[in-house]
Amino acid sequence: MDKLILDAPSLERSVTRMAHEILEKNKGTEGLVLVGIQTRGVTLAARLGASIESIAGARVPSGVLDINLYRDDLTHAAEQPVIHKTEIACDLENRIVVLVDDVLYTGRTIRCALDALLVDFGRPRRIELAVLVDRGHRELPIRADFVGKNIPTSEDELVHVHFKETDGKDEVVVTPKHSRGR
Amino acid sequence: MAVENGVENVTRWTRKDLLSIEELSREEIELVLKTAESFKEVSAREVKKVPALRGKTIANLFFEPSTRTRTSFEVAAKRLSADTINFSSSGSSTSKGESLSDTAKNIEAMHVDTIVMRHSSSGAAVHLARSIKAGVINAGDGIHEHPTQGLLDIFTMKERKHKIEGLKVCLIGDILHSRVARSNIWGLKKLGAKVTVCGPPTLIPPGIERLGVEVSYDLDKVIEHQDVLNILRIQLERQRGAFFPSIREYAAEYGLSKERMKRAKKDVIIMHPGPINRGVELAAEVADGPQSVILDQVTNGVAVRMAVLFHTTMVER
Repeated sequence: MDKLILDAPSLERSVTRMAHEILEKNKGTEGLVLVGIQTRGVTLAARLGASIESIAGARVPSGVLDINLYRDDLTHAAEQPVIHKTEIACDLENRIVVLVDDVLYTGRTIRCALDALLVDFGRPRRIELAVLVDRGHRELPIRADFVGKNIPTSEDELVHVHFKETDGKDEVVVTPKHSRGR
Repeated sequence: MAVENGVENVTRWTRKDLLSIEELSREEIELVLKTAESFKEVSAREVKKVPALRGKTIANLFFEPSTRTRTSFEVAAKRLSADTINFSSSGSSTSKGESLSDTAKNIEAMHVDTIVMRHSSSGAAVHLARSIKAGVINAGDGIHEHPTQGLLDIFTMKERKHKIEGLKVCLIGDILHSRVARSNIWGLKKLGAKVTVCGPPTLIPPGIERLGVEVSYDLDKVIEHQDVLNILRIQLERQRGAFFPSIREYAAEYGLSKERMKRAKKDVIIMHPGPINRGVELAAEVADGPQSVILDQVTNGVAVRMAVLFHTTMVER
């Protein structure tokens, strides 16, 4: 059975709330950079950016990160990942980077992203993490600073985040692992 | 980037070797080009390195002299954090009479993951790939193929012209001895380009039309229709057979001069795999002119080789 966790209006509200929280915690947009993790983290980062702009009236620079080259399971991944583009136009030195992803699960993706940011893209002042869904089951000591929704899940379930831009509609759905409902 | 978010419908790469473009499907070629596009950014960073192939070892095994291809592979491997070793024919045991597969097996015994090989015999790469477990990348075998050069040429054309389908590409010069030409033809045809080969009749292999290319012996007749002119090097070291009367006559008939360029399209791009014989197949003003993308080819070569090394080395042995 598919469970609808967030519909379009509640997803929208979550994003707006996260944008407010980011502004509150960082006391404005000074020094902020949003970095989305490919692929849906990029969409979420764009949404957060637009929301922040409409609240604070300032544009926050953003970047795109592909973490596949930093994965710890790259050598024995069952199938080769598709490598997407990484584009971080501004210097991250001394900036506050808000890393953005759709789902926080084991934490391994975020570990890869931290590696990439810290080793290869300068020395940010602080890195914060924003995710639309935290589904638990962490395998590394990593937590999110901004969460759209906490969803208790079992490991036999899949969390699907859909965005209008990439999937036709805004929603978050949980499905059992074997029967993909679409 | 959670895995649970829908499966992308893409081609999977399953080859431990890259031996020719002939063996690749259109989808495989497109996959390499796409990966290369992403890798291009790595070389533009201040820290030009990603850890993708950390702990892997790549051996360059060159039985023919080569500087740029070997260097390009070496830079590509290093940007992916692989360790590299270089073997060249002079100073190695081949000059003492060791066979190719013995040399390769010795390298493999050192747990090398991928061997990049250039050899003067056509088919050497295929032979090597069959005899060892390590991956083999063909960096040029005789007059057969030079697949990474073909891929980087196509990558550069696509970058400049934004498409390959329907693109008019002319390969000019010594088609007979050119592994670059063969790799270009296979790749371009698979992606839907219209390919013409042009050169003296003695340097155009009979029956090449079967690969789906047009043949011309008169550059001035075909030049005006082309979007891309890919000039092949006159391989002076292979010209013992007197395929044309003199270098000067070749330059007059088939050399791309400033004068001849006037007949070409305004937005034509000029390519050359290097090293250039200036004043023979290509005039210096044209090689250094605004339509030349020769140095882009070199830059893109690193990205394309990174993509090839990445995909092949990641395949389970």
